[in-house]
Amino acid sequence: MRLVLKSETDVLKKVEEISGQNVFSCYQCGMCSAGCPMSEEMDLLPNQVIRLLQMGAFDEILGSSTVWLCASCYTCRARCPRGVDLARLMEAVRLIVLRKTKDDYIPPARMVKEKLPQIALISALRKFTR
Amino acid sequence: MRVGVFICHCGRNIASVVDVHWLKNEAAKLKNVVFCEDYIYLCSEPGQKFICEKIKELNLTHIIVAACTPSLHGETFSRTLESAGLNRYLLEIANIREQCSWVHQNTPKIATKKALKLIEAALAKLTYAKPLTPLRVPMIRKALVIGGGIAGIQAALDIANGGFEVYLVEKEPSLGGHMAQLSETFPTLDCSSCILTPKMVEVAHHKNIHLFTYAEVKNIEGTVGNFEVTILKKPRYVWEDKCTGCNDCVDVCPVIVPNEFDQGLGARKAIYIPFPQAVPLVYTIDLENCLNSKKLIVCENCFKACGPRAIDFLMEEEEVKIKVGAIIVATGYDLIPLEALPEYGGGRYQDVITSLDLERLLSPSGPTGGVIRRPSDGKIPKSIVFIQCAGSRDPEHGRPYCSKICCMYTAKHALLYKHAVPEGKVYIFYIDIRAAGKRYEEFVQRIVEEERVLYLRGKVSKVFRKNEKLVVLGVDTLTGRTVEIETDMVVVAPAIISNNGGKALAQILKTPIDEFGFFTEIHPKLRPVESPAIGIYLAGAAQSPKDISESVAQASAAASKVLALFSQKRIALEPIKAEVDVKLCKGCGICVKTCPFGAIKIIKKKKKKYAQVSKAVCQGCGSCMGACKFRAINVAHFTLKQLFSQVDALLEG
Amino acid sequence: MKLAYFPGCTLKTTAKKLETSALAVAETLGLKIEELPNWNCCGTVYSLASDDLIKQLAPIRNLARAQSFEYKTIVTLCSMCYNTLAQSNILVKNDGEKLKKINEFMSEEEDYRGEVEVKHFLTLFKEFGLENIKKIVKKPLSKLKVACYYGCLLLRPKRIGIDDCEQPHILEELVLSLGAEPVNFPYQVECCGSYHTAVKPEIVAMRAYRILENARENGADLVVTSCPLCYFNLKDRQRDVKRLYAGFKEMPVLYFTEIMADALGIT
Ligand SMILES: Cc1cc2nc3c(=O)[nH]c(=O)nc-3n(C[C@H](O)[C@H](O)[C@H](O)COP(=O)(O)OP(=O)(O)OC[C@H]3O[C@@H](n4cnc5c(N)ncnc54)[C@H](O)[C@@H]3O)c2cc1C
Ligand code: SF4
Ligand code: SF4
Repeated sequence: MRLVLKSETDVLKKVEEISGQNVFSCYQCGMCSAGCPMSEEMDLLPNQVIRLLQMGAFDEILGSSTVWLCASCYTCRARCPRGVDLARLMEAVRLIVLRKTKDDYIPPARMVKEKLPQIALISALRKFTR
Repeated sequence: MRVGVFICHCGRNIASVVDVHWLKNEAAKLKNVVFCEDYIYLCSEPGQKFICEKIKELNLTHIIVAACTPSLHGETFSRTLESAGLNRYLLEIANIREQCSWVHQNTPKIATKKALKLIEAALAKLTYAKPLTPLRVPMIRKALVIGGGIAGIQAALDIANGGFEVYLVEKEPSLGGHMAQLSETFPTLDCSSCILTPKMVEVAHHKNIHLFTYAEVKNIEGTVGNFEVTILKKPRYVWEDKCTGCNDCVDVCPVIVPNEFDQGLGARKAIYIPFPQAVPLVYTIDLENCLNSKKLIVCENCFKACGPRAIDFLMEEEEVKIKVGAIIVATGYDLIPLEALPEYGGGRYQDVITSLDLERLLSPSGPTGGVIRRPSDGKIPKSIVFIQCAGSRDPEHGRPYCSKICCMYTAKHALLYKHAVPEGKVYIFYIDIRAAGKRYEEFVQRIVEEERVLYLRGKVSKVFRKNEKLVVLGVDTLTGRTVEIETDMVVVAPAIISNNGGKALAQILKTPIDEFGFFTEIHPKLRPVESPAIGIYLAGAAQSPKDISESVAQASAAASKVLALFSQKRIALEPIKAEVDVKLCKGCGICVKTCPFGAIKIIKKKKKKYAQVSKAVCQGCGSCMGACKFRAINVAHFTLKQLFSQVDALLEG
Repeated sequence: MKLAYFPGCTLKTTAKKLETSALAVAETLGLKIEELPNWNCCGTVYSLASDDLIKQLAPIRNLARAQSFEYKTIVTLCSMCYNTLAQSNILVKNDGEKLKKINEFMSEEEDYRGEVEVKHFLTLFKEFGLENIKKIVKKPLSKLKVACYYGCLLLRPKRIGIDDCEQPHILEELVLSLGAEPVNFPYQVECCGSYHTAVKPEIVAMRAYRILENARENGADLVVTSCPLCYFNLKDRQRDVKRLYAGFKEMPVLYFTEIMADALGIT
């Protein structure tokens, strides 16, 4: 499907502001995707998320599972040759979404009913709820 | 004093920021200025003619050009003055481009005022300017070439064939550099030794070339036309003039160590030549690994086996002093070590090798006789994964620049492997293919098309061992899929880095290197083979990553610069030299210590001690001028008086 | 020198084993550590946004408290706490503006000056001297092949990492000093899926499978780790791994302090 590129860059600016990253530092080598532990589950590869940000196609990212699957493991950041902190970009996108809606991405009620370590629960709450 | 001021627009570079009309009117009011005009391009032919005519017409005695940096057109305008019959040192350039319009683009008003200040400062300095005449000293028409790779070899041959003597200094036991390690060369697939060896032999036999192998440059003094060089010959423990290269010693030597020339993949003895085609064909004892030491001889096997009695364990290192007029630096490159690439195993996995290792495995005279065998078990790999840009284009972990040659040699490697193992599978991970050279793109496309080599667009994030195999985790960004490959061998293309001895050599040569250790040229486009130190030229990968044809082209260019220099018997030196005011000098000697070139001596005449400057050695750097407490030493054209009045003019108002 | 010990929530509940064994080991080694009075949760994940300083309060409050009790160093056992405290600490150390704002916010605490050092227990042992540990080993773990799992948060991002982020060896060195044999373990720095365990347990199980199989392929008898979440994901999730991968055999997972306690003869 053809992407219609728009010149509007407000969301990109917001993403860059929250993350402190310049998405145009990325030269699309794919190192982040190659090492990402969650990439197998993602519908967009991490490098594609940045690519879409570069193109200003924020709506494409909104529908994708990728930013929510990101585990903030920092592997991408450790290996990115261009020093892009993709984990921060992922967080920025998550926050923009969470701040806009009234709903949690995954409400606590839908979380696993098991005896989990506290850190697992609290982090999940911080990443997926408002 | 009749000063003419010429203000350049530099197209829009200056005029779009600085109000040149206002500037012209204001500058015209300055003391001693009898003429002031602006012009669109002063450096153009008509622009220079305009200056020339005005000088003659108005009898101008001193000139100020307000334009770009003097390092760009200082020479141009000096010549303009000369053609109008003025001494070239009665020119001042006010840099109103780099130091003004370019850096103050957003504040044109302030920029315009600053431009006037810069002109005022130039005028203040010019007020005390004196006409100077260049010094002419005899030139030693011999050259030194440092580094015996293909670049150094080519440069030495060109100069020698031009009829001048050359000293070629190579630190390894043989000439050849990295090219000697290569199997076949892109894009024509010539066998590397077949095209290199004849040149090495030519060097060895050339009557104009004095070859020093296993030697290094220890010290350099003097300047263009008159360099004094100390060469350190490391002891080989084998006399070059006696050794016949018969190999009898090698058979009896009991010590086996990895051969550096074979990237440690093959072995050599403690007495060795690095490779069969070595030039000179003289053996070397590596005393570090030899059973003997300086103090104790325990093994005499080679000594006894040597028919011509060439072996001498008492050999000492030797210093040789030579004089040359010009120097070419051709010290080549290195590869970033695997240890710097931990995600690819950091050297932990034997079958993750470098591209240069593979060259040795492909070479018919290499450790495997040209059969590609993997280091761990000697098996012929059924598949190879190549990883390009390993440490290149990677400001975070390696180098930010593109190493330029890896795209091409990786394509070559794929081809040579496919020729050797037709059923083998090749995967090449790349970010971009950079094949901008004559017939280069065609070469790459041929390999993709005819050899069906699979290029995967993306980087590899991790390599690890799994039983006998290596697992490669990468990505193909074209399909947007991460990929996993189990393979027999991984070949990485490590970043080309500067030779690690380069820094020390740069200090000896007093010539700059960039932040990555590559030798810097004076101007990247217009003077790419000259170093900023006059009389020192650059060739090959010592300046930046280059392939063979570029290295050779640059070597010939450097040689032709040297030949042009040698076309004169005497050399004109800038008269910008330190001068001692004997009356003020107390002979304290502080300047002697500050001078980085050793140009100053304290002498005693008629009971008075004072400093004396060797004009041929002095570079006019001004260190002494800053250090002298008694203001007794001044650099011509930049005297204290000139500089102070220049600074005063800037600070005034 | 007094060291403040920051346990964090999990060590007081699900990861009691980690705390007990670590404190016992510390006592045996004679390390002077004292639990930080009135600590609070560190927030677990370091906030990656530049515009919500509020999330930095929890970690910084702990550091401010350590400072008010005159501790120069705060040590953690949980990798997550370590990461959060260390990253927040660097943030305020490098950004005076932000530090000031945070201090204004926490008016009930004394102003944090950015001088407390955050350390992990592993670094502490290394400083104590692995040679010294070797000397007091009572029951060497000989013949035990150990896969040392670091996960993410001890090593990344690089500026807070306690070791090289691609090829760490601090755990291997420790294991060696206990007489055991560390195995080659490429997946030692691969993420276990972390907090996704709370929402997508099957993904975490798949990660755990890969990591544990990699340890097994390299001949490991057991896996050690320092993080309660990694521990849970690698150990407890094996139930789910078994459901997903028929024939999967269990792999023991322990805290590194547990095998230390064993080797030092503490029970
Ligand atoms: C794997 C690989 C494959 C390649 N394949 C090709 C190919 O197919 N085609 C192609 O065109 N190019 C190829 N190249 C590039 C080629 O190797 C270089 O272009 C060429 O070697 C550059 O020559 P050079 O003389 O500048 O440097 P070098 O070959 O590095 O030679 C420098 C010499 O200077 C000596 N030296 C260094 N420091 C000192 C010192 N202080 N004093 C005295 N001597 C010193 C060194 O010992 C060495 O002999 C390949 C490179 C690699 C890594
Ligand atoms: S690793 Fe860095 S440069 Fe490469 S695609 Fe990912 S973000 Fe871009
Ligand atoms: S931080 Fe997110 S995107 Fe980066 S490797 Fe980890 S899971 Fe993947």
